[in-house]
Order: sequence, then C-alpha cells, then structure tokens
Amino acid sequence: MPGSPEILNADNRTPRVRPFKAVGSHILKRNDRIAFGVSLGSGLITVALLAGILYQLIFLSLPAIQRYGIGFLFSTEWDPVHKHFGALPFIYGTLVSSTIALLIATPFGIGTALYLTELAPKRLRGIIAFVVDMLAAIPSVVYGLWGIFVLAPFMQESVAPFLQKYLGFLPLFQGRNDGVSMLTAGLILAIMVVPFITAISREVLLTAPADLKAASLALGATKWETIWKVILPYSRVGIGAGVVLALGRALGETMAVTMLIGNSTEISASLLRPGYSMAAVIANEFREADSAIYLSVLVEIGLVLFMVALVINLAARVLLWRMRGVAKN
Amino acid sequence: MGGGSSFVYPVMNNWTYNYYHATDVQVNYQSFGSSGGIKQFTVKTLDFGATDAPMNEEQLAEIKDEVVHIPVVMGAVAVTYNLPGIKKALTLSGDTVANIYLGKIRKWNHPNIAALNPDVALPNADIVTVRRADGSGTTFIFADYLAKSSAEWKSVVGVGNSLEWPANSIGGKGNEGVSAQVQRTENSIGYVELVYALQSKLATAAIINLAGNAVLPGVKSVTAAAAELDTVPEDLRMSITNAPGAGAYPMAGVSWVVARKKMDSTGKALALKKFLDYVLSDESQAVADQLNYSKLPPKLLEPARAKIKEISGKN
Repeated sequence: MPGSPEILNADNRTPRVRPFKAVGSHILKRNDRIAFGVSLGSGLITVALLAGILYQLIFLSLPAIQRYGIGFLFSTEWDPVHKHFGALPFIYGTLVSSTIALLIATPFGIGTALYLTELAPKRLRGIIAFVVDMLAAIPSVVYGLWGIFVLAPFMQESVAPFLQKYLGFLPLFQGRNDGVSMLTAGLILAIMVVPFITAISREVLLTAPADLKAASLALGATKWETIWKVILPYSRVGIGAGVVLALGRALGETMAVTMLIGNSTEISASLLRPGYSMAAVIANEFREADSAIYLSVLVEIGLVLFMVALVINLAARVLLWRMRGVAKN
Repeated sequence: MGGGSSFVYPVMNNWTYNYYHATDVQVNYQSFGSSGGIKQFTVKTLDFGATDAPMNEEQLAEIKDEVVHIPVVMGAVAVTYNLPGIKKALTLSGDTVANIYLGKIRKWNHPNIAALNPDVALPNADIVTVRRADGSGTTFIFADYLAKSSAEWKSVVGVGNSLEWPANSIGGKGNEGVSAQVQRTENSIGYVELVYALQSKLATAAIINLAGNAVLPGVKSVTAAAAELDTVPEDLRMSITNAPGAGAYPMAGVSWVVARKKMDSTGKALALKKFLDYVLSDESQAVADQLNYSKLPPKLLEPARAKIKEISGKN
C-alpha cells in the first residue's frame, strides 16, 4: 500500500523516537507537570462532584426521612394531596423493568458481539457494528415515541395475547393488558442497552488470544465449542462489566420508561400491568410539587435510586473481582 | 423576568413578542410549571410568576410579602374518549365522571351513563381510565370540579396537581401522552387541556353544568363560566369550576400572574404594570382567543385591571 513513511511506520509498529533534544528537557518537565496537574484535578473534581451530589441529596431529603422514616421504603401509598408517601411501587418498578431489560439484552448483546467478532464476513462487520452503535445514539424520547405508537400497540395486539394464550396460567401474564406495561418498558430498555453490552463484549472478545483459539481448533474442537468453552470463559469478566454498565443505564433511564410503563403505583405480579419507576416519578412530579415535604420526598426517591445503583454496582464489582480471581487460578 | 405555568406559555410568548415590537421592552417568560414558577418567584429569581392554581396558604406563608393574583386568561379541561362507532358527542355529569375514575362505574353501558345518553348505543365494555402522570394544573381543575360534584371524590381523593388515583388507571405524560393513550385504547376515557383538545380535534364530552344543561367545552363556554359569577372574591383567588350560568362549561379555570405588591425596584414595578396593562387590553385578550384560549369576561377583566394598580415600588 503506497503511503507516506509515517503511515508505514505506524503500520509496522516500529517505535518512533520523538526528537527530545529539539524540544528541551525543561519544557517537557513543565508540560508533564501541567498534564499531571490537569489529570489530578479532573480526578479530584469528579470525586468531589459525586460527594457533593450525595451530600445535597441527603441534606434535601432529611425532612422526608425524618417524617416518614424507614417505613417510606416499604409503603405502597402515594397520595400527594394528603401527603402520605411510600416508595415501594417505584423501587419495585425500577428493579423489575431493569431486570427484564437485562434478561433480554444480555443474550442478544453477547450474541451480536460473537457474530461480529467470530462469524460475520469481514465486510459486514463494520456495517453491523455501526448500526448497533447507532442504537445508542438515538435519544430516549424518540424511543419513547416509537414505543407509544409502534411497540405498545404491537405488544397489546400480538405479544400479550400470545403470552396469555400459552403462558396465561403464570401470574406473570395475567390481568388486563393496555399495551403500556412493565414488559413494554423492559423491552424498550433492552433495546436501549443492547449496544452497550455489544460494544464492550466485542472489545473484550477481540482480546481473546488467537493462539488459544487456534489451539482449541487444532485439538479438534468445533467453532461452536471453541466459542462456548474457550472464548466466552476467557472474556466473561469483561462481558460482565458491560452488563453492569448496561444495568446502570437501565436503572436511570427516565423518558422512554415513563412514556411506556403506564405510570401507575399498583404493584402487580403480572408483567402486562402498568407500573412506575423511580426516575419516572421524579421527572413527572418534580415540576408541580407544591409543598416542601413533597419536594423532599422526591429528592429522597432520588437518593434511594442513587443507593440502589451504588449497591448493585458494588455487588457486581465484587462478583467480577471474584470471577477474575477464579479465572487466574 | 417571569415564568411558571406551561399552560399559558404559548399565549405569553405571543404577548411578550408583540409587546417587545410595540414598546422595545423585553419581558422574558420561561415555562417550568406553575409550582416551579411560584418557587422561583418566592426566592425572587423571578419578578412575577404565572400559575394555573392560586397560591395555597403554605406558599403564601413562605413568601412573607404581600402578593397580588391577577387573572390573565382562562382555560378548561375537556373529557375525551375512544368509543369506536359512536359519532354523537357523549354527555356526562361530574358525578358520573368521578365514579368512573373512582372505579365504581366500570362499564360503558352502566345505567348512569345510559340515562345521560338515551339515544346512544353504549357498548358493554370495560372503561379504561387514562389520566396525567405528571403533576399538572389540568389535573387540579379536573379534581377541583369532581370534588364539587362528588362527596366521595372530595373525601377519598381530594384536590391537587398530582393525586392518588383510586382505580387502576394508566398515567400518560403530558396532554400528548394522555391523548395518544386514549386514541390507541378502545373504550378508554381521559382528560386533557382544552386548547390541546381543540387543536388535535379530539372527541370531547358535553358536561352537565350547575344549571342542568349539557355544555360542550369550547372557547366561549369557558368564558361564560366566569361571566355570571355571583361574587368575585377581593383577592381574585377563586375557583370557577361548576360555575353558575346557563352556558357555563363546568370544568374551567383561571390562570394568574402573581406579583409582589411592593417590588424591590420601582423601575421594574412600573415596567411590569405596563406589561400587565397590555396583557389585559382588549387587543391582547383577542389574541388569546385566536390561540384557542378563553379570554376573561368583563366581570373578571375589570377587577383584574384594578388589581394591577396595587403593584408599586419600594417607596
């Protein structure tokens, strides 16, 4: 391939030595110090921001915490007129919709990544990867609109009747179905988080050493066995990290969820019934919260959401860390 | 600098734009919800607020200064529904609507609905109730009227921007969320802001008013709701739901501008008074009419204009 010497250089990965002497070592040191300072500053600011947000959340939700106590987390009542508040329907809705999303998105995301790295023809890889990445670039309000006009009617007219016909004996699929539901919200979340899982899994799968693969194939393993027994175990820690990232996105997603979950504080075992989520209730009621305690309650829900995300993240970290430990042995 | 009610935002935008061209004075209005407007106004980020519900006692206590409520325009709530094959507008009463949302009337062919619509073939279908999920002045007016029509609604649900909804109902986000849900769901019922219902040409129900007439929601029937009020309270913080008058639409409400009687800056006080004079001029009220808002009737316009005079600077 014709090209300038630099490009050839880069391709061949020959280390090119920077002309240090021409710049002068004292300038370099100063630049280093500046770069060091900027990185350190950015790091500290991020930590300080997180601490500041946490402090504000706790400070602003104190009135609600004092008034409703721990029972707030377990009460299902939500009556802004008489100021009786409980967060359970929202916690339940956030956890259930995010779980549905992950259950659907994880196999799809990993499957797509495997196809892209191991199976797809070279020419298709770039195109498909680009399309999947594009899914992440669609604003969530657009997902919400599409959900209202396309996905919700489809769920109502096709998917839900099918589920009720064949799996209707399960409490999961009983009750009246209005299109907007926990399942619809979970499904839209799944579509939204697939690109995260795919992108990270793809990067991780690419790092699986070629000689491992070659060795497996040489021992007579089929392509499928190689993927299942060699590549996936090698990559599972990284893929797990991708799933955790996707979960974080699903927990906090607001707009598309509130447009499709039905915004009802009922807690039902049926996934076809409407529900509510923490992020959605904050977004919906914050603007017109007309008393101080009401506002404080909404901030407390924000705090709970923060904590739930934190706990899940920490748990996932611990899990990944253990898996990594096992992988090393 | 003012802000608040998102309901008045389109007409406010029009007024501030015209006012700027007529006088070269720029009035900035931001839409972040009635309660948000009151909050910002209370902490003096805004010189005036705009709200669809009058400030409540808690909010008035918090602000400490004396406040004037100046009505600027009227709005209403329309009940919309999706009944395939039924062309004629339904007639409903406040009590019936309350019972539907309370979950006591569950079928469209319930005797109460049938009695109000003798010549309509109502289906034997479950009613799906749709309501606002986000806190809203629309919900406030809706609940205010239902509380006046049904003792049970008043004691169980009450009145507010957000409510505890008794029966299983679907929450849509914004007028467009409710209307989309109603349009998609057969046998559903919902309520939306009247301007929105008129613009989107939704099927709306006539509501039986205090005089016993079935009145369709419309710009004129809303203005009529305040035209025959017996008494207008001195502070103009009134509810005009279930108003008297043969042609009065019962689910109507007023939007107010709230301002301090004693403003910190005399210059700003003068500028605000001039702007409000402009808003309440016959010409500006006609603009509101064109945008499907309902203009104030003389009964309200005169005291509103008088209220502006109570605003002044520090000295």
